[in-house]
Parts: sequence; C-alpha cells; structure tokens
Amino acid sequence: MDLAATILVDGLIYAGWLFIVSVGLTLVFGVLNILNIAHGSLYAIGAYAAASMVGAYFAWGGDAFPYGSYVAMIVAALLVALVLGPLLERGLLRFFYGRDEVLNVLVTYAVFLILEDVMKLIWGVNPYFVYEPYTLLGDVEMGPLFYVGYDFAVIAAAIIVGLAVWLSLNRTRMGKVVLAVIHDSEMSQTMGVNVQRIYLGAFMAGAFLAALGGALTAPMISVTPGLGVNVIIVAFAVVIIGGLGSIPGAAIGALMVGISRAASVHMLPEAELFIIYFVMAIVLLFRPEGLFAKTQARKI
Amino acid sequence: MNSTSKKFAGALTALALAAGAAGPVAAQDDTFKIGVITFLSGQAAESFGVPAWNGGKVLVDMLNEGGKLPAPYDQKGFGGMNIEVVLVDEAGGATKQVQEFRNLVQREEVDAVVGYVSSGDCLAVPPVADELKAFTILYDCGTPRVFEDNTFEYVFRTAAHATMDNVSLARYLKSRDVAIESFAGLNQDYAWGQDSWADFTGAMAQLYPDAVVKTALFPKFGAGQYGTEISALLRERPTLVHSSNWGGDLQGFVIQATARGLHERSQIVLSAGDHVIPQLQQKMPEGIYLGARGVNGLAAKARGGELQELTDTLWDAYEAEFGVFPVQAPFRMWQALLGLKTAVEKAMAENGGKKPTNEELAAAMKGLSWDAPSGRIEMALADGHQAIQPNAIGTTKWNAEKGAMELIDIEYFDSRCVNPPAGVKSADWIAQGFPGAQCD
Amino acid sequence: MRTNLMLSAVGAFVLLAAGAVLLPDWAMFLCAMALAKGLVSLGIVGMMRGGLVSFGQGLYYCLGAYTATLVAGQLGVSDIFLLTLLSAGVCLVVGALFGPLLAGYRGIFFAMLSLALSMVLYGTLAKLTVLGGTDGLNIGAPTFFGWDPEGRALQTALYLYVAVLVVVAGTLMRIYFDSEQGLITLATRDNELRVEYLGASVRTVMSYNYVFGAVLGGIGGTIAALALGHVDPEFAFWTTSGEFVFVAILAGYLSVPAVFVAAIILEMVRSFSNLYFPNTWQLALGIFLLIVIVVLPNGLGSLVRRRKGDAT
Repeated sequence: MDLAATILVDGLIYAGWLFIVSVGLTLVFGVLNILNIAHGSLYAIGAYAAASMVGAYFAWGGDAFPYGSYVAMIVAALLVALVLGPLLERGLLRFFYGRDEVLNVLVTYAVFLILEDVMKLIWGVNPYFVYEPYTLLGDVEMGPLFYVGYDFAVIAAAIIVGLAVWLSLNRTRMGKVVLAVIHDSEMSQTMGVNVQRIYLGAFMAGAFLAALGGALTAPMISVTPGLGVNVIIVAFAVVIIGGLGSIPGAAIGALMVGISRAASVHMLPEAELFIIYFVMAIVLLFRPEGLFAKTQARKI
Repeated sequence: MNSTSKKFAGALTALALAAGAAGPVAAQDDTFKIGVITFLSGQAAESFGVPAWNGGKVLVDMLNEGGKLPAPYDQKGFGGMNIEVVLVDEAGGATKQVQEFRNLVQREEVDAVVGYVSSGDCLAVPPVADELKAFTILYDCGTPRVFEDNTFEYVFRTAAHATMDNVSLARYLKSRDVAIESFAGLNQDYAWGQDSWADFTGAMAQLYPDAVVKTALFPKFGAGQYGTEISALLRERPTLVHSSNWGGDLQGFVIQATARGLHERSQIVLSAGDHVIPQLQQKMPEGIYLGARGVNGLAAKARGGELQELTDTLWDAYEAEFGVFPVQAPFRMWQALLGLKTAVEKAMAENGGKKPTNEELAAAMKGLSWDAPSGRIEMALADGHQAIQPNAIGTTKWNAEKGAMELIDIEYFDSRCVNPPAGVKSADWIAQGFPGAQCD
Repeated sequence: MRTNLMLSAVGAFVLLAAGAVLLPDWAMFLCAMALAKGLVSLGIVGMMRGGLVSFGQGLYYCLGAYTATLVAGQLGVSDIFLLTLLSAGVCLVVGALFGPLLAGYRGIFFAMLSLALSMVLYGTLAKLTVLGGTDGLNIGAPTFFGWDPEGRALQTALYLYVAVLVVVAGTLMRIYFDSEQGLITLATRDNELRVEYLGASVRTVMSYNYVFGAVLGGIGGTIAALALGHVDPEFAFWTTSGEFVFVAILAGYLSVPAVFVAAIILEMVRSFSNLYFPNTWQLALGIFLLIVIVVLPNGLGSLVRRRKGDAT
C-alpha cells in the first residue's frame, strides 16, 4: 500500500471519529446558539458510562454473545443524553438563551469544571478498560499494514450518524421545524412552533452524539480523568472550519483536519501539533465565518 | 492521641482552616507539618499523583503509629514528632503552583514541602523556595535541568533524574545482545517526551552506532488516538520502537498497537512503563522491555536482599489498603519521606532534639544517603542536592498460573553505572560516551 | 470630571499602597498577581465595550512574559522599567499587525480566531526546546533603577510597581473610554451598522481597542513573569485566556476598578478552594462562576453604577 493510500485510510478513520465528536457541537450551536464547552465532559461521561455498561454486560454473562456489547455502548450514550440533557438544558442553559454568545461559553465552561470533578466523584481516578469490542471485529489486512476492523466500524458509524442527522433534518416534518428554528427562532415562535421543546430535543441529540463519540472511543483507550479537555479543542476547530451550525460543514471540516493530520504524521511529524490550527487559520482567513456558514441578516 | 480527641482536634483544625485568612495555623513543636503537592486531578492523577499519595498516606500513618517499620525507621513520626499533612492538587500549571507554594509556606507555615511530578513545576518552584528559605523536596519530576542550570540552597530532589531511564534501556539492549538495525520513537509532545527521546537516541548512538534512526513521532499529550502513528510505525518497520509515554497515553498506545500487531513486528521498549501493568495485565503483551524509573514496583519486589523486609512491609500495607500492588510513584514518595525522616532525625541529633530549622534541615539533607524500598538513595550530584539511585529493566511475561503479569530477566544497574558523575551535565555525559560510569 | 478622576486615581493608589503595609506576604503576592492579570482583563474590557471578547489574550500575556524573560536571560537586563517597556513595545508591534486583521471579525469568530492565534504561539513555544519547551524558563528577580531588593522588600517593591501601573493604566483607559473613540466603541456594541452610517469606522476603533489590549496584555505578562520567576507556554493556553475573560465578565464593562476587584476575588476563591477542597476545587470554582454569572449578569461594575443611577 503506498503512502497516499495509507494517508487516506488513516485520515478517514480519524475524520470519522472527529465528525462524531463534533457534529453534536455544531447542532447545539445551530439551534441554541450556545458553543458548548461541556460537550467535552459529555464525551468523557459517555466514555465512562460505556465502560461501566460494557463491563456490566460481560459481568452478567455477555460472553455468550459479545456483539451485544455494541448495543450496551449505544444504550450508555442514550442514558447519558436522557439524564444529563434535560438536567443541563432545562436546569441551566434555558436561562441564558438570547444572552451574549461569549457569556454562554463561560456558562458551559463552568459546567465543564463542575462535571470534571463530578466524574471523579462517581468513577474515581482509576482507569476503566473495555477492550473487548475493539478486537471483536478482527483485523483487516491492507497491503503491508494491519488495521483493526473496529476502525472501519467507526467510519461506518460516522456515515450513519451523518446520514441520520441530515435525513431527519431535511426529510422529516420535525426536522424542517428545527431548520426553521435555526434560521429564525423568534419567527418560528410566532408561527406556533414550540421552540422550548425543539431546544430541549436538539440539546439532547447533541448530548447523545457527544456521549456516543466517547462511547465509541472507550474501547481503544483507557478511560481516565482529563479525557474531555483534549477533545473539546479539536471539536471546536472542526466546527469553526466547517462553519458553526452547519452539519455538512462539520463533515468537510472533519475530513480536512483528519487527512491533513494524517499527511503530517506520515510526512512531517514535527508539524502535527500545528496542523489543526493551521487549517483553521487558513480557512478563516478566506472564509471568515467558516466554509458552510449560514448568512445572517443584519439588523439596522 | 485517642481517636475521639483526634477527631476533635481534626474538627478544630478544620474550623481554624475554615476561618481562613484569620491567621495561619502555626505547627506545634510536637508536630512536623508537611505540604504535599501531587496530582489529584487531570491525567497524571491516575498514574502518578494518587498512587504516590496513597503510598505516602500508608507510610505517614505507619510512622505516626511508630514501630511499624524495621530499623532505622522504627522511631515514631519524624524524630518523635507527629507528622501532619496539608495536601494540594498539582493540576493547574506552574503559575498556580508558585502561588500555592507561597501560600503553603507563608500562610500554612508548613515545615517542609514535598511535591511535584511535573517538570515545569520543578523548574518554577525552586527559585521561590530559596527566596523564602523554605526546605523543599522534589520527589518525582524527571528533568535534569533543575540542578544542571541552577544551584539552590533549600531544594533537594530525592529521585534520580530521567537520564538513567533511557541510558539503562540502551544498556539492557546491549548486555542482552539484542541486534538492532533501526529504531523509531513515539513520545508525548512535551518536555518529558522530547527529553526522553533525545537521551535514548544519544545513548543508542554510543552503544549502537550503526543503528539507523527512523521516524520520531510526537503525538499531542493526551491525544488518545494513535491510529495514524501506528500506521507510520508499521510502514517503517523499525527493529525497535521506543516510548516514554505514561498513564492513559501509554495504555491507549499499547492497546491500539497490540491490536494491530506492532509488537510482533518491532521490539517495543517503554522507559517508564511499569505503572500500567496492574491495569493492563494480560493486555500488556509479553516480551516488552520496560523500566520503572528506579528499582520500583515489581523490580523491587523481585530484588530480595537486605531491603526485602522494608519493601515487603510497605508493599503489603499498600496492597491491603488499596487492593493493588504499588508501582513506581509510591516508591518515589516513600524514598522522599524516608529521606526527610532521616534528615530531620539527623538534624535533631545535632541540635539537641529541637525541631530543626530550615537551615538545619538543609545542612542535614545535603549529601545524605539512606535506604528506601527502591534501594540506596545517595544525594551525590549537584553538591549534595540531587539524588542518584539504582535502576532496573525487565521483560514482561504473563504468568498464567498466578494470573498476573510478571517481570523476568530483570537486570539491575548500579547508581553510578547509569547516572552521570558529579559536575557533568547528563547530555554531555551521554554524548561523551558515559565517562566515569562504574558498571560491574 | 477630570478632577474627580484624578482624585479617584490618587485615592485608588493610596488604598492599594496601604496594602503594601497591611497585607501579609502571601496575600501581597496574591494581589500582585491578581493585579497583573487584571491589567490583561482590562484590555478585554476595552474590547468588550464594543461587543468583542478576545479568547486569546494569553497570546500577549505570554509574549510579554517571554520577551521579558529572554531579554533578561540573554542580554542581562534586569531593570523592571526597561523590561516592561520592551515587552509592551513588542506587543504593540504584534498587536498592530494582527489588530486590523482581526477587527473585521465579530462575535464568536473573533473569539475563536484570537484563540487560534494564541494556541499557535503555545504550540510553537512547546516545540522550541531552546526556549525550554513546555517546561519553560526561569527569570531572575528584577531591579528597580539599579536597586536590587530581596525578600519582603522585593515583594513590596513589585507590588507597589504593579499598583502604580494599575492606577496609571486604569486612569488612561477611563479617559480613553470617555473619549470620542471610546464612546463610538460603546455605540458599536448597540448597533454596528448605525455607527458606520454615521460615518465612523468601526474597524479602526476596534483595531485601536485590540492594540491597547495587546499592550496591556504584554505588561501584565511581564509583571506576572517577574513575580513568579518562571514562564512557560501555559501562559498562552486557552484556559489561561479563559480566566482573563472570566475576570472581565465578572467585572462587567461598566467600571474600571471592578476589573481589579474581580481579579483579586477570583484569585482568592481559587487559592482557598484549592487548599480546602484539594479533590473538588474545580467543582467549587465552577459553582462560583455560575453563581456570579446568574447573580451579576452585568458584572460587579453594575453594582456601583446601579447605585449611582447612571446608565452608561
């Protein structure tokens, strides 16, 4: 397998992961106009929940049907969304709608700090491992290289997530209502849309996607404190590149970052740390609002 | 003190603390108050900070009870004084640590500070310690720069710096006659990873001058995902892959690398890898060469000899309390606290049994040597301020009977074989081919 | 008005100077650091008046700190006045380069782009092993026109120096805020297009605000470096910048002294929660942030203004 193909495959695997962790962020921003730093915490909680859930699954005799652990991972992500989604949105964020964007960033930063310690109180500092799902799908040999089947499952998951989000926004009645709220929430409200419910739904969907990202990552890593902080910055970069609030933008942003990072690791390892900011700076220089940003009416 | 009055005293202390700025709680003459700074949150909490303090707590409790440890550590507390601890989280960066250090010394009026895992903190704190004339022990951090770039009066490091980790690895390869045509590295992208890789390539250039250096990868600290890096390592096919990763970064790398068969294609060597064994167990592949930054953890347990009783006492107490065996971090905390105990008692023997001042403590600590579970610690470098200690490298082997990962083929290196002699900078020492090294 | 301002400036200085006598060592150090960071946040407040918040002031904080450290280390300059001037100069130049570029961005994009710039500096410094990499560099104690104090004298001198800087910078910024430019900034906050139609250049005004922020950031960084004796790339990390933003939000854009009060409050809260809740200090800090945001939506400054019944 030549270098270009390796870069492409590595880039796609990383991009798939990036897309899953950033699409929820862009969705929440699109609807609620909140750039959610606590997205990183939701990711970490998803990873912890999946680790506990899969651990419990195997402890209760899941060995007979190990593939059930994938269901356990998804259920874990759902649980996180069902518990924390309403708690954060109804309990806190709704008091800040319409306030300054940057103030909202600070609100979610406070949530991030709080959740960091809450996770420590719940799960302690010892690492959790759930590697069974990682090796379950076998190896894939590509030329001289081995990949883990799970890597490709992540790409597949990213595609499914992307399609599901896109279809439900563009092909269902509810989705169109959500798009209307993204475009102009005041106007939607006057047209009789229950904007509160849309906000809650969108935030829960975002929380689910964050937790799913964490759940899917859990088998490849050891789940330890401090997991969320690294994710949030890359996810930010991806959605800024793609244009805040744009789903296709998140996909393109993830691909750009994923492939340029892979190219850098293979060809110029020294530049790996910068590459993401470099892509972001270049894109913003030419497209100040990101690649796929919605145009905004300016009020005089 | 019985437990009720202890609780009462605890509540009083808490009350006094809650009163906050009202005034510092000056330590009594029958207590020795130490400030302990270590990671309680963030990524280094799980691998270093928390196990280190777990170990510290076990030791402090045993010392406060007295008579629990074999001689010369059978005296209660520090020279009969009760040990009291103020614990501070190291997370938050060097800026915060300098402030917290001042608070510990000036507000809490601690008698000594023991702390710092992060090299950045270890560079930032010493100038302040000297300014405040506060006796300070750096117990864990690795960078040789602390005493090679500066001299300090009141600051001591009771653990060897990181140079020996990678020199020992190279010596282990050489003494086992491992053929190495090429090697590559995957290290975290910050000072620790960069320095470790530089030391390792330097040592290899001396011992394996013909080995080719292939790619040097520096993924971001806390990256978690190593898919692309592993592809690059698989493509390059180096004979050996070196990594100084630790904690979650090391666990993630090992899990992902073994799933893709990197360990079958290249020999993996881990300069600080022992601390992930209890967590990874069978997931850690066999045949990995790894070190523990000293004769720590499994290597200390397997060593035998006259330190066996001391090691076993602490090992068993730790295992009983936390359900897992101690790895490198608690060993370094133990050697720091035992060194402090030795210094306090030496100073008291000289000043007629009074609680020693910072000056007396510093004078006692200078050039001191003492026994710890990790071997003989000697404050031999930097005019008696920097310790050297023996090191060990071993090979992982799964013991199916016991259901536990073990280290086999352990080789023990004398302190003076893998540490530079006094007055020589480690980078120069490696570059000049280890002049003055005493290996048996 | 001017006399009032001068009187309050003198009053503020007397109050701060009293601290040099009354405060214990640790508190004086804490206040010196808080005031230095407050200077950086004052720069953000200047931008906030125009509706922009920079999430990347760590860039100038770090640049100032490294400039001072390198000049001190390489050229052997230890005079605090010279070091401050040099760092401020470097930040002025860099700020003047980026200012006009960034002044075209608004809202979250301005915030994120400024953040990206400071993260690039962070990444570069982390890579540069000659500059100590992530471990950073040490810087010796400063001298004051050849005077070389130690111990309490040094801390006091440093503290008084920051106090002077804070009063001077605060007064100058207040004069700037009340000037034509400053009022245009405030008008921009309400409606940018309206300001443009009235014939003022929002871009120019924002560039000025940005450059002032850069210089203040550089000065703050220099003081912090000299007080700590150590710099590392963390100075440019996003969490550092986030703290500056938090102080600015806590203070609000209405009052200059509020910025420094806010900075001191944050340092106190952090220091004590870190000591008394070593395992849950982030939780404590997070809850504190939330309470402040909920209780004081317009910042501490709004308390003062509300009492005066003054809307601006």
